Amino acid sequence: MVEARSEHTSEHLWSLAKVNFGYNGTPVLRDVDLELRRGFCYGILGPNGSGKTTLLDLMGGLQTPHSGAIEFMGRPVQSWPKKHLARLLALVPQDFMVRFGFSVREVVEMGLHPHLHRFATPSPEDLDLIDEVLEITGIADLAERPVTRLSGGEKQRVAVARALAQRPAVLLLDEATSNLDIHHSLEILHLIRDRFERHGMQVVAVMHDLNLAAFFCDRLIFLKRGQVACQGRTEEVLTPENIEAVYGVEAQVTPNPFTNSRQVSFRLPVHP
Amino acid sequence: MNGKAATALLPLAVILIFAVAFSATLGFLSVSIPDVFRILFAKLLGQSQPATIDPVAATVVADVRMPRILASVLVGGLLGVSGAVFQAILLNPLADSYTLGISTGAAFGASLVIVLQIFGLALPPGVTIPIFAFGGGIGTLAAVLFLASGDQRLSSTSLILAGVIVAAILSAAIGFLKFLADEQVGLIIFWLMGSLAGASWPNIALLAPAALLGTLIAVFYSRDLNIMATGDRAATSLGINTVRLRTILLTVATLMTALAVSVSGIIGFVGLIVPHMLRHLVGPDNRLLVPLSFFTGGLLLLVADTLTRAVLPVEVPIGVLTALLGGPFFCLLFKKRQKDGRSAF
Repeated sequence: MVEARSEHTSEHLWSLAKVNFGYNGTPVLRDVDLELRRGFCYGILGPNGSGKTTLLDLMGGLQTPHSGAIEFMGRPVQSWPKKHLARLLALVPQDFMVRFGFSVREVVEMGLHPHLHRFATPSPEDLDLIDEVLEITGIADLAERPVTRLSGGEKQRVAVARALAQRPAVLLLDEATSNLDIHHSLEILHLIRDRFERHGMQVVAVMHDLNLAAFFCDRLIFLKRGQVACQGRTEEVLTPENIEAVYGVEAQVTPNPFTNSRQVSFRLPVHP
Repeated sequence: MNGKAATALLPLAVILIFAVAFSATLGFLSVSIPDVFRILFAKLLGQSQPATIDPVAATVVADVRMPRILASVLVGGLLGVSGAVFQAILLNPLADSYTLGISTGAAFGASLVIVLQIFGLALPPGVTIPIFAFGGGIGTLAAVLFLASGDQRLSSTSLILAGVIVAAILSAAIGFLKFLADEQVGLIIFWLMGSLAGASWPNIALLAPAALLGTLIAVFYSRDLNIMATGDRAATSLGINTVRLRTILLTVATLMTALAVSVSGIIGFVGLIVPHMLRHLVGPDNRLLVPLSFFTGGLLLLVADTLTRAVLPVEVPIGVLTALLGGPFFCLLFKKRQKDGRSAF
């Protein structure tokens, strides 16, 4: 992992040029151009159906664009061997579900998969890592429980723990906290923000909640109908004008000393 | 993990060997366990049978009982492993070769051989039945995959639906074959109900390598199979080529099912119940579940076949017996799950 990271210390994480994608002829993303650089927490925002998750899938190599080019760390995403890519990129999906009653520890250990040879057993260091991620995600005492018996919040923490066990250079979050209560959301986001600040793990997060995004992300990318509506530093693009243009709601954005981030309030436009 | 696997597998393997020997003592002619071992060692080493042993008993054990006993172990093992693979790939603990229509496809292929024979096409059944069964199974798999392929990710719902549709058509086709077979219909019916009575050494030479190879391939991919339980997207993000994994393992499991069907006819519930039951006992880890399914499936079918061969007053077709015993057991399990309020796993 260490050598993998030093191998790709380029400033550019992703560059997307004229990316188009659709399902069954319905375009989902149109002519998307983006540059994502190292050193920022990115947030991808936009209304339902604007292509956020699809964009994340394309960036993670889970889907192939119909046209256009996507480079990850200076190399086309699709040309990365899948297992190699999995050592650099981890995904936390929105609704992490596991069929069959694997224990929490077994599921988290699956994160070691891209680093292990087929019949290798985890090394003592690997097992220490598993213990560590179970600890920091607060699920150490659930380790032997079947994951099918956990609550939604607990399951999401298992998903985060598994992604961290993957030791990724970049973590992709797909609305990872959308279905959680505010306490669990904040806990997970703080934990990830901490990994970003102290361990240099890069983060790209698809998010729904503008206020959480304002607190969590340094850079925001707004999508609307499959196109980039605006992007930039959080303080610069999180404006009432942009929010109205993207979501069609009236918004007020105020700095909030309590959370030390921007606070957004909205209402439906009033038509006289 | 490896230690855990060994501690579970070793006793099972030993039990299986003794069950095989014990089963060989049962029947119209009774033979003692040491004599069974003596007969088999002599047969294995190609020596003549010791003088202390009745030559008729030696022939019965070595050439009649043994192939049938080994066939029951191998067919049970093949069905158990293919069931475990189908369940893990389709993320459905109630899936097996039936849900995909593959058994029916293999049975159709094999019935075709029987009917062709009736119509005077003299094909050597020892070779053609496995080939036709495999052709039928693979053809069914191909049809099912094609029907489900509109859905790029081959989701389990569309796969199972496609399997049900193809199986319904094939059942009608088998019905037509039965009609064509006319008075020889009994041959097809008995065989469709499943029976190991006709098992011979050439069958073992076919089943043994298939069982070994198939199980090894499934074990080889067992960690990937585990990860499939977390969904396609998560599995892909862990570097697994899900479409390729599905294609390889579905093909291997189909082959295993088809070969089992070609020897024994349709034997239900083994592939369904064995992995399902084991999952309750040892957990869902396929690295353990796949090899255990082989031994447990083998043991289960051996016990069932010994029951019908040597214990019951009348020989009931083995497929009927497993369905009669397995069905209610499965209903209990199904009901218990609902009561526990554990929704679909």
